[in-house]
Amino acid sequence: MTNAWTDIKNTDLVIVMGGNAAEAHPCGFKWVTEAKAHRGAKLIVVDPRYTRTASVADYYAPIRQGTDIAFLNGVMKYCIENNKVQWEYMRAFTNAAYIVKDGFAYKDGLFTGYDPEKRDYDRDSWDYVIGEDGFVTSDPTLQHPRCVWNLLKEHLAPYTPEMVERICGTPKDKFLKVAEMISECSTPTKTMTSMYALGWTQHSHGSQNIRAMAMLQLILGNIGVRGGGMNALRGHSNIQGLTDLGLMSHLLTGYLTMPSEKDTDFETYMSSRQFKPLVPGQTSYWQNYRKFMVSFQKAMWGDKARADNDWGFNYISKLDVPAYDVLRMFELMYQGKVNGYLCQGFNPVLAFPNRAKITEGLSKLKFLITMDPLETETARFWENHGDFNDVDTASIQTEVFQLPTTCFAEEEGSLTNSGRWLQWHWAGGTPPAEAKHDTYIIAQIFLRMRELYKKEGGAFPDPVLDLSWDYADPNEPTPEELAKEINGRALSDVMDPTDPTKVQVAAGKQVVNFSQLRDDGSTMCGCWIYSGNFNEQGNNMARRDNHDPDDTGAYLGWTFAWPLNRRTLYNRASADLQGKPWDPTRKIIEWDGTKWSGYDVPDISPTAKPGEVGPFIMNQEGTARLFTRGMMRDGPFPAHMEPFESPVANVFNPKMRGNPVSRVFETDAAQLGLSDEFPYAGTSYRLTEHFHYWTKHNRVNSALQPEFFVEISVELAEEKGIENGSWVRVWSKRGSIKAKAVVTKRIRPLICDGKPVHIVGVPLHWGFTGSAKKGFGPNSLAAFVGDANIDTPESKAFLVNIEPSTAPKDKELVS
Amino acid sequence: MNLDLSRRSFLKLAGAGVAATSVGAMGFGEAEAAEAAHVRPFKLATTTETRNTCPYCSVACGVILYSKGDLRKGETADIVHIEGDADHPTNRGTLCPKGAALKDFVKSPTRLQYPMHRKPGSDKFERISWDEAFDRMARLMKDDRDANFTATNQNGLPVNRWSTTGMLAASATTNETAWATFKFAKGLGIVGFDNQARV
Repeated sequence: MTNAWTDIKNTDLVIVMGGNAAEAHPCGFKWVTEAKAHRGAKLIVVDPRYTRTASVADYYAPIRQGTDIAFLNGVMKYCIENNKVQWEYMRAFTNAAYIVKDGFAYKDGLFTGYDPEKRDYDRDSWDYVIGEDGFVTSDPTLQHPRCVWNLLKEHLAPYTPEMVERICGTPKDKFLKVAEMISECSTPTKTMTSMYALGWTQHSHGSQNIRAMAMLQLILGNIGVRGGGMNALRGHSNIQGLTDLGLMSHLLTGYLTMPSEKDTDFETYMSSRQFKPLVPGQTSYWQNYRKFMVSFQKAMWGDKARADNDWGFNYISKLDVPAYDVLRMFELMYQGKVNGYLCQGFNPVLAFPNRAKITEGLSKLKFLITMDPLETETARFWENHGDFNDVDTASIQTEVFQLPTTCFAEEEGSLTNSGRWLQWHWAGGTPPAEAKHDTYIIAQIFLRMRELYKKEGGAFPDPVLDLSWDYADPNEPTPEELAKEINGRALSDVMDPTDPTKVQVAAGKQVVNFSQLRDDGSTMCGCWIYSGNFNEQGNNMARRDNHDPDDTGAYLGWTFAWPLNRRTLYNRASADLQGKPWDPTRKIIEWDGTKWSGYDVPDISPTAKPGEVGPFIMNQEGTARLFTRGMMRDGPFPAHMEPFESPVANVFNPKMRGNPVSRVFETDAAQLGLSDEFPYAGTSYRLTEHFHYWTKHNRVNSALQPEFFVEISVELAEEKGIENGSWVRVWSKRGSIKAKAVVTKRIRPLICDGKPVHIVGVPLHWGFTGSAKKGFGPNSLAAFVGDANIDTPESKAFLVNIEPSTAPKDKELVS
Repeated sequence: MNLDLSRRSFLKLAGAGVAATSVGAMGFGEAEAAEAAHVRPFKLATTTETRNTCPYCSVACGVILYSKGDLRKGETADIVHIEGDADHPTNRGTLCPKGAALKDFVKSPTRLQYPMHRKPGSDKFERISWDEAFDRMARLMKDDRDANFTATNQNGLPVNRWSTTGMLAASATTNETAWATFKFAKGLGIVGFDNQARV
């Protein structure tokens, strides 16, 4: 989230699209209710289902899953054509005026440079015209035919209300009503917030869904302001934290990135990351990359990371592919190329698409280690449960370790919420029997491996032997020790840059925040964006001052928000070119002639004069990008793409399937279904009574929603002769499940490209362990393809068929 | 950190004092004793309160754990109740159908108790000691790393990749656990390393 949960009360319009906050994030959704009750805010829901969020909306419009880009492009076109643009904001704070290279174009659903063999674009023409001075060329009058604004208008031209209806199935009048409501937020004193979740990410074009809304928000001037923003409602309690800390194949901590094989040495690695400003006088914050990187390497390898060995650069893996993401890993596993796997609090047998492939992959492992407070289907993937897990146990040669861990109530530490607040919590209970903290388990495996390397040697033992592990008790690092490492400290005296005779941070002291980090090896810091979390003032994540001066929703004294305790990202953009708030009643910060100050930590240097330094300091332009150059694999503008499995062809290019640059493995391509055999559009979602696959282990939640079901419309039920409450079989090209049918008016058929499209809804909370009845999940059906930029599986759109059926059989009943 | 004196315990103490004084002053000592004898004591009266946050979605509602026994005094603590934290700015004491049933997660009948081991081809889990499990896992992992580690690419560039063992980290663990896990996985050169953010 760019903003915080508590900030949603400041909005005038909430759009929930690609999510279902009332059911999946109920207590956060209360801030929508607050805005409706106290500000008269309106709520729009755009969703294939009439959800509980829709039931309290001021306006609901249906949409076919996977067509959000067409809808949002249509809204952008509507706003621009009807002069509903916050012009001053858009002109000053976006790259609308920049001139784009000749050659860049879009035709037949594809951008310039497409290579169907490689399934990739040559993105060379997707860039600005750079002047001889090294700065971007622009036309502030927006007259130049090749400026971003005019190219954007051209790109949006096909997305008429009629086209939106044709692609999305949203009736034209409903689309126009939504577009009109949204367009009202183009004034400086009206603001819209976007609340989205996995309904947008789990598509082969998920990144572009989000991008389209971000662009709309920029055109309306809604980024950086109170009650505005792009608010990703993240799915787990610390999914934000694990992303921030870089527990991903392509990341290091704090959005530093893993080197690739092209980064042949440290200087080459740095040369493509310390972005130079593209506008004179602009702050480009990544110019500090080296300070964060060297401090990170010092945190990893301490004294062994030195200037003369490039700070241990060789210790870091160099990727030969963009990422060893989960789809790639399970593909490799399926091919028999993976031997071992550790699942820490993760249940891939229910979480990843094409369950049959996942199970086959796990069956080829030599060993599987699971760490979890609860039973999981993954730990027991080898156990036969009749229809619910039909495996040949004896033939599975995988050795499995199931390790019991503590749960939240028995451990201490911080979790980062969606609003980037790092909130500390304390242990209140004794763990059951022999359950252990994850830190203890990780430490034990590590220490024993290190001991073996000391004794026996082996493959490149240096990064293992040299890994910094100087905790008071190496067997179990404490949360405080780890938090302090994340914050960073001075390793030798750090001198004041303005007065080299003065010590700024004495050796051994915690740095106050990342502004004190150095690239000469004198500081260490685990994760620069978190720095400030635990400094010499103490544990800032444990702060509990819940005062909120003038009720802005900022709560600066409550825990710690990254970066630098800032609550609203890009908040410099909440003020105009003179530094005055666009909306004086919703001030965040203000320029007083000498500095920025206000209710939040300014997202700009406090002394950066307005008009001189652009607000988007993490971009080398200083502006936000309506045109994203070559930074996304599937286009600098969002373009309509169908899901890989779609009931209708792409109207821009009927031959094009899914995202033209998504990676598709050979065996998965053969397992993609067509709409003649699988005519119905399947989708997946959560219910409010359950959390993923955990709460089926809780008796209360299992009583609230005991049994797996699928939802279909009255019309489809009639067509297929399916009774409400009867058993049905739902199958895709990859798997088959059985469920009770819930026949509902909440899902209605849509007319897309002239033909009716029926939707089959599949909730995701059942498996074969726990207190609830045994059942299946949508992942048995979903396709093993992912987003072109980040490889998130397309779990929200897949094709199925459905027929009346009988109850599934459990093992006991079979034998 | 714990609460010095929560509003609840303050009211509890104050309420008890008022009752004793007023009833006693009116000469109903015996009636008071009889009343006390059949009133069940408030179930949270002797519990320890601990601040925590809900482990489910990313709203991260504040919760209060009520336990019999106090971990900070080195005692065994048994959680008997969990409710919303009224001081928390986001949820202000409220909880959803999931959060309201958190105690059932802590006390789930399918909470894991002991390390278990499944031999290749076996149809059951068997108990294994932590020590034996750690030694065996470290052995398996090291053998796999040593056998399949890619030290350099075809150009002789050090690439330090261990791709034959992968890891999924848990997006419900703390940042501190995540940092320790990060060091472990990236230090070993595990490239197939992801968390729920990917899916």
